[in-house]
Amino acid sequence: MSTATIDVHEAPAGSHVNYLNAKYGVKSWLLTTDHKRIALLYLVSITLMFFVGGFFAVLMRLHLIEPQGALVQPETYNKLFTMHGVIMVFFFLVPSIPATLGNFLVPMMIGARDLAFPRLNLLSWYIYVIGACFTLYAVISGGVDTGWTFYTPYSSSFSHTSVIPTALGVFITGFSSILTGLNFVVTIHKMRAPGLTWFRLPLFIWAIYATSIIFILGTPVIAITLFLLGLERLLHIGIFDPAIGGDPILFQHLFWFYSHPAVYIMILPGMGVMSELVTCFSRKKIFGYSFVAFSSLSIAIISFLVWGHHMFVTGQSIYAGLIFSVLSFMVAIPSAVKVFNWTATLYKGSISYDAPMLYALGFIGLFTMGGLTGLFLASLATDVHLNGTYFIVAHFHYIMVGGAVMAYLGGIHFWWPKITGRLYPDGWARFAALVIFVGFNLTFFPQFMLGYLGMPRRFAVYPAEFQVLNVMSSAGASILGIGYLIPLIYLTWSMRYGPAAGPNPWGAKGLEWTTPSPPPTENFEEIPVVTEDAYDYAHSTVTRG
Amino acid sequence: MTVHSAHPPGFAHQFEDMQQQREAGSLGMWVFLLTEIMFFGGLFAGYIIYRALYLPAFEIGSHLLEVQFGALNTAVLILSSLTMALAIHSAQVGKRRAQVWFLITTMILGAAFLAIKFTFEWHHDYVEHLVPGFGFIIRPEWGAAGQHVPMFFCFYFFMTGLHAIHMIIGIGLLTVLTVMAHRGRFAPEYYAPLEVSGLYWHFVDIIWIFLFPLLYLIGGRYIGGGH
Amino acid sequence: MIGSLQFGWNFLCFAAMQAPQLRPEAASSIAEGVDHLYFALTFITLFFTFVIFSTILFFMVKYRRRAENERPPDTGEHLGLELAWTIIPTLICAGLFVWASSLYFENSRPPSASTEIFVIGKQWMWHIQHPEGVREINELHVPLGVPVKLTMTSEDVIHDFYIPAFRVKKDVLPGRYTSLWFQATKIGTYHLFCAQYCGADHAEMLGWVYVMSPADYEAWLAGGSTSQSMQQAGEAIFNKLGCASCHLSDGTGRGPSLVGIYGKQETLKSGDKRLVDEAFIRQAIVNPNSVALQKYPAIMPTFQGQVNEEQVLQLVAYVKSLASEERKTDAK
Repeated sequence: MSTATIDVHEAPAGSHVNYLNAKYGVKSWLLTTDHKRIALLYLVSITLMFFVGGFFAVLMRLHLIEPQGALVQPETYNKLFTMHGVIMVFFFLVPSIPATLGNFLVPMMIGARDLAFPRLNLLSWYIYVIGACFTLYAVISGGVDTGWTFYTPYSSSFSHTSVIPTALGVFITGFSSILTGLNFVVTIHKMRAPGLTWFRLPLFIWAIYATSIIFILGTPVIAITLFLLGLERLLHIGIFDPAIGGDPILFQHLFWFYSHPAVYIMILPGMGVMSELVTCFSRKKIFGYSFVAFSSLSIAIISFLVWGHHMFVTGQSIYAGLIFSVLSFMVAIPSAVKVFNWTATLYKGSISYDAPMLYALGFIGLFTMGGLTGLFLASLATDVHLNGTYFIVAHFHYIMVGGAVMAYLGGIHFWWPKITGRLYPDGWARFAALVIFVGFNLTFFPQFMLGYLGMPRRFAVYPAEFQVLNVMSSAGASILGIGYLIPLIYLTWSMRYGPAAGPNPWGAKGLEWTTPSPPPTENFEEIPVVTEDAYDYAHSTVTRG
Repeated sequence: MTVHSAHPPGFAHQFEDMQQQREAGSLGMWVFLLTEIMFFGGLFAGYIIYRALYLPAFEIGSHLLEVQFGALNTAVLILSSLTMALAIHSAQVGKRRAQVWFLITTMILGAAFLAIKFTFEWHHDYVEHLVPGFGFIIRPEWGAAGQHVPMFFCFYFFMTGLHAIHMIIGIGLLTVLTVMAHRGRFAPEYYAPLEVSGLYWHFVDIIWIFLFPLLYLIGGRYIGGGH
Repeated sequence: MIGSLQFGWNFLCFAAMQAPQLRPEAASSIAEGVDHLYFALTFITLFFTFVIFSTILFFMVKYRRRAENERPPDTGEHLGLELAWTIIPTLICAGLFVWASSLYFENSRPPSASTEIFVIGKQWMWHIQHPEGVREINELHVPLGVPVKLTMTSEDVIHDFYIPAFRVKKDVLPGRYTSLWFQATKIGTYHLFCAQYCGADHAEMLGWVYVMSPADYEAWLAGGSTSQSMQQAGEAIFNKLGCASCHLSDGTGRGPSLVGIYGKQETLKSGDKRLVDEAFIRQAIVNPNSVALQKYPAIMPTFQGQVNEEQVLQLVAYVKSLASEERKTDAK
């Protein structure tokens, strides 16, 4: 593939015209339609939201050192876990990989100049920001205490907190997801470079495509659900209030119809990143390409059929429980297939231990554990005991944090040189990966035990016998918090002081690596013609540079 | 940058050629309409569940609606879909004046729909104290089912209101298109925005075609007759 | 290295979980069964995590990059392997599903001769009502070795009744009844938690379950109160609110006679057949139109707002007792 004509190791960083220096000024950023700049706008916004949500988590874990609570009143604690959940789910995890890495890479990976609808892309970002403002307003104006799940009738008729601004914020941001998903679907269908058939696409694209299906089909349902909730709260019609004939369980069905597929929105892109990292750092084709591709699609489809497993103890019929249970077991199988394929990709590979690969390995282990603990919850008999306890909290954090956030960080570290044209200090990056891994396990493994012992979740105070495990978890959380700050520091540092990156520092395959780092605004001088399969390391060499 | 020959008007440079642009635009609108189906779908699901639970109350509510205006509006919308299709056809055969007139007619019909809905139906309901949250009065003649009649009207106003918002957006789109058509922007080689907006307009029409029987025709109704 | 850390930690935890303080007390007839399934799942989790991690570790060491220009061969596709690692997990999942579901079936169906106790959850306390009339707040006394069925409802928001030692849990919903059953197998005192977030003092909505020998339980019941039984309280409300004026026991009233109605199948105006159980009776009191019977005019007024959930349960107990009285008179 083409290489740069200048020796970029000697030229100062970003000395060629690229998307970062093509135009200057605030207007050129706030009115950009360049997918790469929009990706950076998202990066800044979601990083901010991550640290706000993370701050609430730190407060929670500090509070839970003492059985009677060490820091805040129960009413405040209830607000902390609600806002932590709302911000992390809707304003960090859901957009994270798709809006940052997806926006940056989708056109580049398929050999296009931009997404199908660049102005819609910018609109998506503005919608996200407006939604975030509503929710942050709710945070500042006293907070919200319903839990991120907004169960009725507590949220519709009893809570005295800022439910409507929060719901409105989430409602608005939902449209950001819908438009992004729409943009990705159309782009991937219609704008692939010549020769780039579906089965030559990088698996990251398959993963983003599957995620976009969920964006499109699921998000409108949460939108209408939250709108109904707001209406109920304002007008007390009785849609969800049993005192006037409504059904609170209807809310749960509508809510989880989106929110279960939402968790696959949060993990599928991370799985896509995994495929990219594992292939590059073992310098091998992915094992079982079509199996991995189809497993992304089947996860997206089956994810719409399992929402009832959040409701096994609501008194729904045993037979409904059986159906949701069997489907929940089924949705685990494609994920297992992926883990096996990633592992098999390492076989007879040429493996290097760069920071992105360390994040990838952390992901595979933690996702495996988190996913397998899902089987405890798909199993009806054990779910009865474990539902509503810290076991659930541990399960989803293993997947969301041990999985999705690790994948996000791995992806950021992998494509950072491409995005910024800079290299970061590899030693610090590996150290941070280790700190995060250790801190994570210490925070969340004890929570499995707490859950099994019976400690319910969302408890501002707890019986003293649970203290030891809580203290362990809080200790882990402090380590984890520090672990997340370290990349913030060195990545920011690298933007100014990091050495210049060449077009392909990792020696990776993929169209994005054929461009200079950072790429020019139009991505490619000439649209490439694709003649080989994805990750075809065996048949043509790519050197680091 | 590669040198390329002059592109037709309206060409967007992220695409390789007009055909790709056209296909992308069309697919984009279909995908968007799919999201709209899911959006309305949640409401339809809630409506169907509560109708099954409170059928007597929903029948009472349905009979209180002005079915003649609902039927008139249905005719108005179907006609507007026809004029929209004719506008697109005019663009396909290059008739600029016909395009503009058909677009304007479509807008007028859309505005007529909204006028009938807001003045004859909604205002009437408000005066009759049938708007939940705005002075709803449960009438004794409704009997024991009366307490759930507000639920019907909640869904009625929400579903027709959401539909009306989509109509207003559609009329806004049509205004922009009318101006563009007047300036001669559409021709047999390039009328994609018309086509794509036509899809949207037809979709809004189809939503109404589902809403009308679900809301107005429960429990059997005969215009001019009793139940 | 990361892999071995992970594995070592997991193994320690697995071993530790066998230690008594890391395992909750098992005090009900189903607890051992649930625990066996739990341990099987734990073993599967740790086993596969170990297998994946050690395989990765092994590959990472054996195939580490030794030279920058290494070009590993293409190992191609292997349908057999793909099928194997799809089918084997599917079979394992199928087995777990069958095991878990059959346990769940047993655990969800109370034996017919259960002692019934009634629970009302409200922010932020538990009202427990024994049919004999004893009331408790945040405490539940039960006899050992006897199946106990709890029928529960909420006065306000959704709560959840959770006894970890018994491995039972069920949401407690406003506007309807949910139930769970257990049979205590060990005398002792056990935690009762609310496991569904319900507002400010959710974490303080705690209680204690006291399992007593049957003899002690009877003594406790007898000494507990001089108040009326639920059935008697229900009868008093029935008369006070004028229910008796329509529901004449000889069937000549405007409403159906309630003698023996509990447990029968009745036909509604819509043509559906419904079983007259606790939930049906509650509906008939708070929303009579929704369960209007075919052969009677739909003129019963609603009593919602005039009776609270506790009183509804008492009325339900009274109506249930009418069935057994009928059988008693028949038996005479």
